[in-house]
Amino acid sequence: MDPVRIVEGRAYPWGAKNIDTDIIIPAHWLKTITRTGLAKGAFETVRAVEGNIFDDPRYAGSPILIAGDNFGCGSSREHAAWALADMGVKAVIAPSFSDIFSGNAFKNGIVPVVLPQEAIDRLVEVAQDSEVTVDLETMTVTTPFQDRFPFELDSFRRDCLMQGLDEVGLTLARDTAISKYESGVAQDRPWIAVGSGHEGFAVEGAGRT
Amino acid sequence: MAKPLTLYEKIWADHVVERRDDGTCLIYIDRHLVHEVTSPQAFEGLRVAGRKVRRPDLTLAVPDHNLPTTARVDALGAMLPIADPESANQLSTLRANVVEFGVPYIDALDARQGIVHVVGPEQGFTLPGTTLVCGDSHTSAHGALGALAFGIGTSEVEHVLATQTLLLSPSKTMEVRVDGTLGFGVGPKDVVLAIIGKIGAAGGTGYVIEYTGEVIRAMSIEGRLTVSNMSIEGGARAGLIAPDEKTFDYLERRPMAPSGEDWERAVAYWRTLPTDAGAVYDRVVTLDAGDIAPSLTWGTSPEDVVPITGVVPDPESFADPSKRVAAQKSLDYMGLTPGTAMRDVAIEHVFIGSCTNSRIEDLRAAAAVVEGRHVADGIRQALIVPGSGLVKRQAEAEGLDRIFIQAGFQWREPGCSMCLAMNPDKVPSGERCASTSNRNFVGRQGPGARTHLVSPAMAAAAAVTGRLTDVRELMTPDK
Ligand code: SF4
Repeated sequence: MDPVRIVEGRAYPWGAKNIDTDIIIPAHWLKTITRTGLAKGAFETVRAVEGNIFDDPRYAGSPILIAGDNFGCGSSREHAAWALADMGVKAVIAPSFSDIFSGNAFKNGIVPVVLPQEAIDRLVEVAQDSEVTVDLETMTVTTPFQDRFPFELDSFRRDCLMQGLDEVGLTLARDTAISKYESGVAQDRPWIAVGSGHEGFAVEGAGRT
Repeated sequence: MAKPLTLYEKIWADHVVERRDDGTCLIYIDRHLVHEVTSPQAFEGLRVAGRKVRRPDLTLAVPDHNLPTTARVDALGAMLPIADPESANQLSTLRANVVEFGVPYIDALDARQGIVHVVGPEQGFTLPGTTLVCGDSHTSAHGALGALAFGIGTSEVEHVLATQTLLLSPSKTMEVRVDGTLGFGVGPKDVVLAIIGKIGAAGGTGYVIEYTGEVIRAMSIEGRLTVSNMSIEGGARAGLIAPDEKTFDYLERRPMAPSGEDWERAVAYWRTLPTDAGAVYDRVVTLDAGDIAPSLTWGTSPEDVVPITGVVPDPESFADPSKRVAAQKSLDYMGLTPGTAMRDVAIEHVFIGSCTNSRIEDLRAAAAVVEGRHVADGIRQALIVPGSGLVKRQAEAEGLDRIFIQAGFQWREPGCSMCLAMNPDKVPSGERCASTSNRNFVGRQGPGARTHLVSPAMAAAAAVTGRLTDVRELMTPDK
């Protein structure tokens, strides 16, 4: 993963609320078996409408998306984050995000920036014709007009983003602790190991499925 | 005396591998369900990095989303090809991956195949007090058995495959208590729709919900699965229901559940899990069962809930201006006019299925309404899609298939079907569906499709009348 320190440039001044993952990438795009190429399907239903923000040449290729409350709600599909990444989006600014989406965003080098609604309103206004900067060093969103909105990020995730670290590799380095936990479970809760169960697959008992 | 703990806190505490200074924890994952849509890129990641699956024995893969629900084999028993090349590719990629990585797998032609969230409980793979994940947001369903179960993204699927852990921050806890007795014709789906209507689609964000109260205690495991399944539609990543005697009865002798001495030890541990008296939740929401009517959605968010006796709301009636705009957009999409009685809305499609409502009790509830009646003239498609091959077999043993087929329904093979527009089962643009699934989002059942979320009994009632219907009009109170 490429390190992310600063995301700056034009921003889609969208501000729409409750953007679910079906809107970000409709289900029929989920049939891919790779992580790339999803920009084509991103916001397909929104883009079917003439004059939509994503096909507006002023915002083409913007690295920032400004949205409303509850961005990324709905299904857990990581394709939503891949689609945004494939579009070149590196930061989404919204008053709140669904938990699953923000986890997926981090893992794909997209910064989910939480700011209050007043800040969103102001940024939507500014982004009509000016650039926006998301800075992970200073943890602020700034505009050319002296706006300065501080935001918070989990420190671990911030480090991962800024250093481009691979989470699986980091956890595999904790192997001793995981193995120790597993031997404890084998003692205390031995039934956790699947396979102590019955043979075959029939489910016994009348009317049970 | 030790601090009283909630069910969530107990499960969390027993799964901490390491706690970091910032409060996030490396959490051990006991159970991992895998399906064809969210796993290919995870296996790809393992392959690229030269990693293996740490605990294939705690993993179970089953195809569901892409499988067509029409006949899978020809007259000679040979598997029929899957027409959509992309679906076929995802399905064969899963098959190749489980072989390469040694993951237990239930094949499309196996009687146990079904929707992951139906298969897990049914096989006894889902157990109380475990952590269970799947690359699918409706993993919340498994919380009905007292498992801490939630959906994860594909990078997390890769992380769990490689390490059997996840790095998580603890959630806040919310108790949703439903006391009283449910009225005639009111079931688990109505309860969960009422809950989401009350807390809102984002009301549970950051929380794990524990469902409590007389209504939940009185509910069957199937009903609890319906409720917990939709936790995610209220924004909560997971739902939980304390395990009790019903849970143990349900799990006993299931193929993957513990047996013998292990069973005894497991039950003894499970009995320690329910929330202690005096434990504190971060938020408490209460509902009175008597206030819950057979319910359905009118808009494009699962929080857009009205009782069947209600009318399409007027966007102007919402205080919040952004809600007003959203409601107007929903109504335009749904093709509805404010003030119309929900019971006057005609439908063209009926879908009874999905991980919310495709278990045997759901099919029984629908069949009870359908029996002796026929699908109305204006209905173009009425599908019954059992949640698994075992549900299908049980329903056939009870003769439910004949009731449905005689009434003009299609009796299908198990899978996700019309819940999402990913396989051949879709609702055409501009047409309206009474659906027992869990999402009424724009385009969810097909581009332009209009979805009303309902219970199986309400879907059956809509099928036989051709419009959204108060199922109580078709039921006899003592039945
Ligand atoms: S039935 Fe629907 S909600 Fe459930 S797993 Fe399948 S697609 Fe997802």
